[in-house]
This record gives sequence, structure tokens and C-alpha cells, in this order.
Amino acid sequence: MTTDRVAGIGLALFGAVILEESWRSRLPLGSVAMPGPAYVPAVLAVALLVSGAIIAAQGAGAPRLGAVGWQEWRHAAAIIGVCAFMALAFERLGYRLTVAIACVLLLSLVERKAAASALIFAASMAFGTYYLFDTLLRVQLPRGPFGF
Amino acid sequence: MVETLGNLAAGFSVALSPPILFYAFVGCVIGTLVGVLPGVGPLAGISLLLPATFGLDATRAIVMLAGIYYGAMYGGSTTSILMRIPGEAASVMTCIDGYAMARKGRGGAALSIAAVGSYIAGTVSIVGLMLLAPPLAAFALRFGPPEYTALYVLGLLVLAYMSSGSMLKSLAMAALGLLLGMIGIDQMTGYFRYAYGVVELGDGLGVVPVAVGLFGIAEILATAGQPTPPTVIKPKLRELLPSRQEWREANWPIWRGTVLGFFIGILPGSAHIISSFVSYAVEKRVSRRPEEFGHGAVAGVAGPESANNSATSGAMVPMLALGVPSGPIPAVMLAAIMVHGVAPGPLLIQQQPALFWGFIASMYVGNVMLLILNLPLVGLFVNILRVPYPYLYPAILVFATLGVYAVNNSVVDVWIMLATGVLGWILRKLDFETAPVVLGVVLAPLLELSLRQSLAMSDGRYGIFVQRPIAATLLAVGAALVLLNLYAVARRSVDWRAKMALAEKGEAP
Repeated sequence: MTTDRVAGIGLALFGAVILEESWRSRLPLGSVAMPGPAYVPAVLAVALLVSGAIIAAQGAGAPRLGAVGWQEWRHAAAIIGVCAFMALAFERLGYRLTVAIACVLLLSLVERKAAASALIFAASMAFGTYYLFDTLLRVQLPRGPFGF
Repeated sequence: MVETLGNLAAGFSVALSPPILFYAFVGCVIGTLVGVLPGVGPLAGISLLLPATFGLDATRAIVMLAGIYYGAMYGGSTTSILMRIPGEAASVMTCIDGYAMARKGRGGAALSIAAVGSYIAGTVSIVGLMLLAPPLAAFALRFGPPEYTALYVLGLLVLAYMSSGSMLKSLAMAALGLLLGMIGIDQMTGYFRYAYGVVELGDGLGVVPVAVGLFGIAEILATAGQPTPPTVIKPKLRELLPSRQEWREANWPIWRGTVLGFFIGILPGSAHIISSFVSYAVEKRVSRRPEEFGHGAVAGVAGPESANNSATSGAMVPMLALGVPSGPIPAVMLAAIMVHGVAPGPLLIQQQPALFWGFIASMYVGNVMLLILNLPLVGLFVNILRVPYPYLYPAILVFATLGVYAVNNSVVDVWIMLATGVLGWILRKLDFETAPVVLGVVLAPLLELSLRQSLAMSDGRYGIFVQRPIAATLLAVGAALVLLNLYAVARRSVDWRAKMALAEKGEAP
């Protein structure tokens, strides 16, 4: 499979999902003269479906998917995981604890840095940014169950 | 003209007040840092600092955010010249000849030429902004829904045309962005669309999480795990002065880059990036010694650096005069002033003269600040690059998450940032541009609303778009661009956009 084939199929599928959702949630389509809430999305979804199909059809000459170079995928997967953890924990554990744990995870588990430097960095980031944004710039950041 | 000068004088009285000077300085320093740090572009920098502007008034907020924008253009050249790493995408072309000059021991001269060129371009282009924005705003008062519909369509077509590579792919990306922008409550009927039961999506996808995800997080995902950056070439202070010959060689490229950058800046798209590519191509074309390009040509630094700075002022023209963002960065800046209850659009200049003229005057002041920051203090900024990347990217990630969360105090925005970050990373791998997606998200609700209002006005007749001269002209220009692209495809010729795509990948056209 080439990159253009994969991208084209992906875009066409996304267009199809939008059409299916419009149909499933019974959004009024309206008419050409008086478009309803589903009309413009449906037109765009059809356009995406068609352009995806053309990109896929013309994509024989594009580079193969494996040739693009995905060597950073382990790092990327770990970063995505840490980001997901931050989204889940932000309002449950509070800003400072979440950021500290995220930094420790990234530095010690992903980057294999020494535990001491990871802890110092994590504490500096968590408390430093909290002080800068919440205390000085008055950006409200969530506090956790332990009061910080 | 007299009226303009009077307004400018009033603007300087705002811009030279200590609080505005302070926020302009803060913006310039942060912008330079953002430009110096690889992986953090001006968009990510502005998005991260957006929540910090909520406590300020609209003038201070826009002055600081604009300082970040044009400050990043100055700072981006430093890493390009001294390390061959573009601090931000607009400095890619500066890497080629700037680094070659540094290897010949002329790194200091290259930095000076880049900074002086940026200063001249920044200052001259503000004159263009000052003279062009008010009459354009007055003209735009004639715009109704059909004209705005045509303008948005033209904006998307121009962006697709200006993008490097395939126009079909860019249009597909724009369609993807428009579809993502239609998530949420339909403004005309109140129907809840494509939200899959997530109540927080009622207001739609915010431009900040989408932009930070597609640009900032995608960049981190693509570059994490890379080896330590190469050694930094540190010029001494006395080496900063270019020779007379180098000044002479830089003179015309600076002026050409300034004019070119300003007009490209007005057009929708990633203007600051495109302008530097086009300027480099122009300088190579007009040079008497094109063989020097790639081996330390002064014009290869002076032209692109002037162009990308000039483009930042150009991008402010449609933003301030029409209230229409020409790309993701002006879109975030518009969001910043809307937070303060200021309505963007043609009436902005009339209703908020202190904001508009104070902002213009602050840009003059900011350019002087940046010249001072980027020459004698260059060594200070270069030191930041000594921070190893394994420590740098977690910090960027924390700032990104913090910035996105703080806009609406919503964890859903953090999830949107993560999802669009993964999408942006995959799209980059598959060689698709992500700027049209962001512009699509911004324009989707505006485009759909103006289209449906136009049809309501005309009793459902599409003829309204060709019967009104302004709308018809705008659509005709859009159609011409599509035809131009089809012509190039039919001839299977390698036009300037294809050459730009090859240059971005580091391949000779």
C-alpha cells in the first residue's frame, strides 16, 4: 500500500462516516434552495469521499507506507499515552500532581534519565509553571483532592 | 494622509505608555524564544500564552500576541544560521545559505543581515498595513452574506492553490477541516450535529486545541527520540558586522523580500512560510551568480528573512480590516480579541481606534526592540539550545496542555488536542498539509451561516452570487485559480508549487 492509497481510503471512509451519522441521527437535509443542518456537511462529505477515491486511485506512484520511516513510533506512542494520562488525571489529581507524574513518566520511563534528575525536573515544572500561571498570571488551574 | 498621521500619533501615545511597552517587550522576548526553540512555532507560542492574556485588556493582549508572532520570525533565523535547524518553518530556506555562511566564519554577518533585513521589512510593511487596512475596511462595509460566502470560498481556494504539492490534497484537507468545524450546534436551527453525545462539543471544536494539536503536538510526536542536536556555532560580538560587500549584496534582496512578503502575507495560507520559499526562488532567479546559492549567498539569507517578517504584517490586513483570518495564527489572535468583547470586522478600526492605532504603533516599537534583542543578545538565546531535547519536549508538552486546558477550563479540549495531534502526525507522514484543516475549522461555521443567509435573502436562488459584483468577482478569481491548477496538471508541468514541495523535502527540483 502507498501513502496516498492509505490517505485516500481514510478520507473516503471519514466522508462515509459523516453521511452515515447524518442519516442515523435523522438530521434534516433540507433542499438545494433551503439547506437544512445536514445539507452542507453532506455535500462536504460527498466531496471528501470523491476526492479520497481520486487520491487513492492516483496513488500508485506515491511512496510505500513502510518507506516513510516510522522509527519514532515507540516514542510517539509513549507521548500519546502520557498525554492521555494528563487528560484523565488533570481534574482528578490536580494540575501539580498530574504534571509531576507525567514528567517523571516521560523522563524516567521513555527517556531513561536518572531518577533524581527526573524528579527535580518534574517538581520544577509542576510547581514553577503553577506559580507562573496560576499565582502570577491568574490562570485558574485545577486543584486535586489533596488541596494541590 | 494627514488623518492617518494624526491617528498614528495617537497610536504612539498608546504604544509608548509603560504598560503597553512592557507587554510588547514580553511578547518580543517570548517570540524570540519561540523562534529559537525548534518544534515550537509562533502558533504554538501564541496559543500557549492565550490564557495568560485573559486578565489583560484587548490592546495589551493583541500587542503581546503580535510581539510573539513577529518575534518568532526574528528568532527563527538564529538556529537556522548557527545550527542548520529551522527554529520555525518560515526559516527553512535560511538554513541553506545562512549555515553555509556560518561554516565560512560569516555566521555573525548572516545574523546581522537577517536581523536588519527583518527590521526593515517589519517596519516598511507596517506602513503598508497602516495605509491599506482602513480603506479596505471601509470597502468591506459593502459586504453582505453573499460577499462573505464568496470571500471564504476564495480564501480556501487560494490557500489550496498556494500550498506546496497537490491542490486536490489541499482541498481534501480543507473539506476535512470544514467538516470538523461543523461539529456542534447548528447556528440556524439549533440541531446538535456529529457530537456523539458529548455535550461539551456543543460549541464546536475550538481553534486553539485543533491548532496546537495539528502543529505543536504533531511536531513533538515527529521529532521525539531524535539524537541530540548538533554543535552550535557561536559568533563573537565583533564578528556581527557584515562587510561593505555583504551589505551591498543584501540591499535589493531585502527590499524585494519586503514587498513580496507583504503581498503574499495578505493572501490566505501559511504566508510567512510561503513568502520565504518564494523569495528564495526569486532571488536565485534574478541573481547574476545563482551558482552561489546553497554555498553561502547573502541574498539567500536577506530575501527570505525579510519576506517572512513582512508577511506577518500583511497577514494582519484581512484580520484587522475584514475580521477574516488568513491563517491559523491570525485566527488565534482574533479569538484573543473576541474574548475581550471586541467584535472583529470592518467596523473595528472605527469603533476601536485606540486598539487599532496603538497596535500599529506598538509594531514599530516592537521591531526596534527585536533588533536590539536579536543582535547583542544572540548568545543568550543560543544558550537555550543547550537544553537537551529529552528535557525540552516534556516542557513543551506541559505548556501545550496547560494552554489548551486554560482557554475553556475543559479537559475535552485536551482530548481534542491529543486527537488532532495524532491526526497531524499521521497526515505529515502521509505528505498532507495541515494548515487547510485549521482554516477549515475556523471558517466552517462562518461559511455555512453566510451561505444559508444568502439563500434566505434570495429566496433560494444561487444567482445571488453572480448578480452581486463583489461576490461574482471573488468567485471568478477562485475559479481562475482552479483552472490554472488544472492547466498545470494537464500539461504535467513542474510549477513553482511543486518545486517548493521538493525544496521542503530537501530534494532539488
